[in-house]
Amino acid sequence: MAACTVLLIAAGASVTSTDSGLSVPDWPTTYGWNMFTFPVSKMVGGIRFEHTHRLIASSVGFLTIVLAVWTWRVESRRWVRWLGVACLGAVVLQGVLGGVTVLLFLPPAVSIGHAGLAQIFFCLTLTLALVTSPGWREAVPAVDDATLRRIATATTALIYAQILIGATMRHNAAGLAIPDFPWAFGHAIPPVWNARIAMNFAHRIGALVVTIAILATSAHVLYHDRGRRELVRPAMLLLAFVAVQITLGALVIWSGKDPVINSVHVVNGAAVLGTSLVLTLRSWKRDAEGTELVGVRVPNPRVQPPLRAEARP
Amino acid sequence: MFRQFKMLAALAAVSALTACGGGNGNAAKPAGPAPDAKKVDAATAANVSGKVVLEGTPPAPVSIKMASDPTCMDANKGDLKSETFVVDGGGLENVFVYIKDGLGNKYLFDSPTEPVKLDQKGCHYVPHVVGLRTTQPLEIVNSDNTMHNVHGMPQANREFNFGQPVPGLKSNVTFTAPEVLIPFKCDVHSWMNAYIGVVDHPYFAVTANGGKFELRTIPPGTYTIEAVHEKLGRQTQQVTLGEKDSKEITFTFKAPA
Repeated sequence: MAACTVLLIAAGASVTSTDSGLSVPDWPTTYGWNMFTFPVSKMVGGIRFEHTHRLIASSVGFLTIVLAVWTWRVESRRWVRWLGVACLGAVVLQGVLGGVTVLLFLPPAVSIGHAGLAQIFFCLTLTLALVTSPGWREAVPAVDDATLRRIATATTALIYAQILIGATMRHNAAGLAIPDFPWAFGHAIPPVWNARIAMNFAHRIGALVVTIAILATSAHVLYHDRGRRELVRPAMLLLAFVAVQITLGALVIWSGKDPVINSVHVVNGAAVLGTSLVLTLRSWKRDAEGTELVGVRVPNPRVQPPLRAEARP
Repeated sequence: MFRQFKMLAALAAVSALTACGGGNGNAAKPAGPAPDAKKVDAATAANVSGKVVLEGTPPAPVSIKMASDPTCMDANKGDLKSETFVVDGGGLENVFVYIKDGLGNKYLFDSPTEPVKLDQKGCHYVPHVVGLRTTQPLEIVNSDNTMHNVHGMPQANREFNFGQPVPGLKSNVTFTAPEVLIPFKCDVHSWMNAYIGVVDHPYFAVTANGGKFELRTIPPGTYTIEAVHEKLGRQTQQVTLGEKDSKEITFTFKAPA
């Protein structure tokens, strides 16, 4: 489900990157057709991107219904059941936002909301996947690292904020407002300002802040928690993803906003967010009341009373 | 059959929504003629003609890539060029020239009802720049055997976007507020764009034949004449016309570096 959501984010990013958002002017129909019966032969130009996005979104919506119902029926943990419901609510709202933004000619506020909710939905599905995975159910000792919890949580929040700034920039056509990189009009600080330049520069500053936060989080894990594979792996992955993301960001500008590079930049941004979320959730995972968190009745070895092997009188 | 009916019903609904035009309740409505407004006296009217010149080397016409729609490729044999800079003998074509100021509300003009045609033919708009009067219908036609959407992006009038998936389909749009220029685009074919000049008087022209234009039957007076190009922006000139005057003016735009 989370993987399908990544595919959906890629499809959505390609719609924006190719400026195809209004190539299908009606919604929920497609040029009057029911979207599932729209002929493939008519998927030309921008319609290919927009209609494909709608089809993938509908499939993800259907899968989310199955997921929510299934989770509700088989999951013992109440909060996980409600997480499934939250996924369903998010995907419904996301679909409506997608339709509204088309019918209102892509107002930036709605389109940014659509982009922001896409990442929230991705985070919800990823969380659901994580907490229902066998790894989460293992009764491993809790991560006793309050500092890691704080910086990992802050890093995830910063990444999400940076994604929102990026979405604001994209949906206000400000991606090339500063045409050079790493400089800004040949200077460290832009010598001229307007709203679009400010958005663009804010995204660059955001990239710097997020990179520092990720370096700090990963360094903390590698220094203090190097024995915990479930933390080290996402920390290493996070470093790789952020390096790729900065490279892609630079390439977006140097290529004059090549649609493919632009779309991959958005998808990799989701990967950065998702990886940081996994690290954060693992840092918060408790084992003391593991029965509540992992959904199976596994006694915690650290709080279990010692076994007594006393001979009966 | 049922599907086709549904499609046509949806198209009719879209057309009905858009046919009543780009009129926007928030748009600045043009002031109507004064109570003592009169018709222009053709016997004393003047003419202004001239040319729009592009100084410097014009950008080379860019070949448009149409691989995303084979129908467009077939229609053009792959050699459609960008129409942003059409230069002939140093004259710049596709520039909208009109009287911007000076007429006030002293004159009565007829309200033409015959539509001005904007065709989607060979996956580009014909003409690329066109002018019309407020409330005059703009008839948008799809002459291509492919899907088009028509996306008008005015500021003073209401934005619209509707589909024309069937060849031969016609839709009428009107604008209630003067606005120069309104960009049109097809989001299906990202290279397709056109520009519409809407004014509330008959004194406008689009440069052609080597950048030439002519504004006829103008009442004597002092006017601001503006030339607007989609990329190079706007230029204005003041002209004072006496009775039966014929004046020539030249606008000079600089070619982009």
